[in-house]
Amino acid sequence: MTTSETGTRRIDVDYLARVEGEGSMTVRVVDGVIEDVEFGIFEPPRFFEAFLRGRMFTEAPDITARICGICPIAYQMSSVHAMEDALGATVGGQLRALRRLIYCGEWIESHALHVYMLHAPDFLGYQSAIHMAADHREVVERGLRLKKAGNTLVAVLGGREIHPINVRVGGFYRVPAKTELTALVDELEWARDAALATVRWVAELPTPKVEMDFEFVSLSHPDEYPFNEGRLVSNKGLDIALSEFNETFEEEHVARSNALHSRIRARGAYHVGPLARYSLNFEKLRPMAKSAALEAGLGPVCANPFQSIVVRSVEILHACEEALAIIDAYEPPAEPFVPVTPGPGQGHGASEAPRGMLYHRYELDGEGRILDAQIVPPTAQNQLTIESDLRVVLEENLDLPDGDLAWRLEQTIRNYDPCISCATHFLDLRIERSSS
Amino acid sequence: MAVQSPLTRKPTLAVFKFASCDGCQLSLLDAEDELLAVAEVVDIANFLEASREVRPGPYDVTLVEGSITTPHDAARIRRVREESKFLVTIGACATAGGIQALRNWKDVNEFTAFVYANSEYIETLDRSTPVSFHVPVDFELRGCPISKTQLLEVVTAFLQGRRPNIPTYSVCVECKHRGTTCVMVAHGTPCLGPVTQAGCGAICPAYNRGCYGCFGPMEEPNTAALSAWWKSLGVDDRGLVDAYRGFNAWAAAFREASDRHEAAITVRGASA
Repeated sequence: MTTSETGTRRIDVDYLARVEGEGSMTVRVVDGVIEDVEFGIFEPPRFFEAFLRGRMFTEAPDITARICGICPIAYQMSSVHAMEDALGATVGGQLRALRRLIYCGEWIESHALHVYMLHAPDFLGYQSAIHMAADHREVVERGLRLKKAGNTLVAVLGGREIHPINVRVGGFYRVPAKTELTALVDELEWARDAALATVRWVAELPTPKVEMDFEFVSLSHPDEYPFNEGRLVSNKGLDIALSEFNETFEEEHVARSNALHSRIRARGAYHVGPLARYSLNFEKLRPMAKSAALEAGLGPVCANPFQSIVVRSVEILHACEEALAIIDAYEPPAEPFVPVTPGPGQGHGASEAPRGMLYHRYELDGEGRILDAQIVPPTAQNQLTIESDLRVVLEENLDLPDGDLAWRLEQTIRNYDPCISCATHFLDLRIERSSS
Repeated sequence: MAVQSPLTRKPTLAVFKFASCDGCQLSLLDAEDELLAVAEVVDIANFLEASREVRPGPYDVTLVEGSITTPHDAARIRRVREESKFLVTIGACATAGGIQALRNWKDVNEFTAFVYANSEYIETLDRSTPVSFHVPVDFELRGCPISKTQLLEVVTAFLQGRRPNIPTYSVCVECKHRGTTCVMVAHGTPCLGPVTQAGCGAICPAYNRGCYGCFGPMEEPNTAALSAWWKSLGVDDRGLVDAYRGFNAWAAAFREASDRHEAAITVRGASA
């Protein structure tokens, strides 16, 4: 919606679309100068950290999964790792591999949802993937089938796609027979090829060229592209154990947001998500994913947030290759879980949600009941960086007409695949321009 | 601007979100095989998770996800009702208040102060309540998350002008259909299946764990009998309070059962 009056230009785009959850943005431009940029989050608070207190440690994966219907595995993984850290349990071998496998499924379904249904329509000027399907039916069908391949993997291992029921502290309730996994191979091979076609397709989309000076933060594991384990590292010298999270990062509560803003104490805003994982772990990508990235024109570091769609596609390909390798090497473990004895303790867990690193910390009493809980979701961590991207994109596009400018700013927010349900509700995008 | 097809008027569908995880509306996008076909027969007029295009109501069928937890949302759900011919709640949050209804037993101000440094910035209601607490609802679809098969059935039924065919029997019936051995009888695993409405397909027992009540109480559940069985398996009152206070904690039958067990803890505590 655009209104023009003498001396003042003001754009209201109520409710930003194609994001998970609802928030708001206000931009004020006076005499062509950006006065203020605020990315606010008004998702109604649900108080997970408060009501987790008093619940058993075993309930955390099922309860915290309900923070996000798009990335429940991320919550389950960060919580089980934190509980195992608190209680001194180690999950290795095939159980560890199965955790990576179910996470591959979530990356495939969540990234395919974002690439095809939420983000690509911006690049091609469609309101939605359903509108896009009128002209690009085969492309949208490929996206849906790819998403389904990821969902099927989650459902076989987890029992269902959304809020899977099979993950527990120590492992799983039930582990699959080899044949249950090999039955998935044909479709995952199709998905791998479709992911390669996706990388090639998104690489050709008209993409704004910007280069940001991000501090990228992700998990780093010596041998693997990160999912569940590792130290927290950055391209600006950060290298810490998870237990040092609160010494290194701080969360700030500001008036405009029901999400807490995170910053690195020493330096400020930072960036988590596919670009950060990719740029910090490029060498650990699987071979097809790595060569597809190079073929798509990406270097080993990617600091253009509009190319996150390419990096997400590269990660879909990586996840398909990884899933096929895990299935190939799979032998069912003797027991579906390792025993975990309740007791007092504090534990930290972090894993790479599709949208970026997700940190959990719990303190337990002697019975294994939760005394204290802290959950830091990726979108809260990216909030300051999203605002700073909005400033850059706004500065470079002030001459665009209001409608186009609003859309470009929405696209800038969607670069982050923000999960406002995680971080927090209605995205109310407002641009005010005035002359003094 | 949107262009209405001049040839036919397709029925319109809208999706609105309140306090929730997005998972139930995602079920519509997760109907990968049906989504484009649905979009051919239904005009998706307002579905923010999927489309920038928002057309004004009235809508023929409105799906509402999420519970009501803020003064703003209590007003918004009334406007949504006014512009909807049929209003269907989807999921445990919209139908029973969701997991966030655990606040209903606590002091929300203490919750706010625990999570947020500056509680004066937070506007929230004391209770998380289902949509039916605020406005009349035409159908309540259960589940945390809902079943996408049931969702397609409900949307189809309303478009065809009939009642949805959604069973109200227990998860036990689905275990029988699936051929799953009873985990309580065979393994002594506590299970909420006997008092929980079917709809998920009895997934948990098939994965060697007890049902934890995602679809809420079945019609006429005998929670007293089930609680006695759980006690014989070694679960105490505190464990039973936790079991009933899950994703459908504020649904009447589960709320009352949990309150009974909480009172039992209090009485024992006082007499000790």
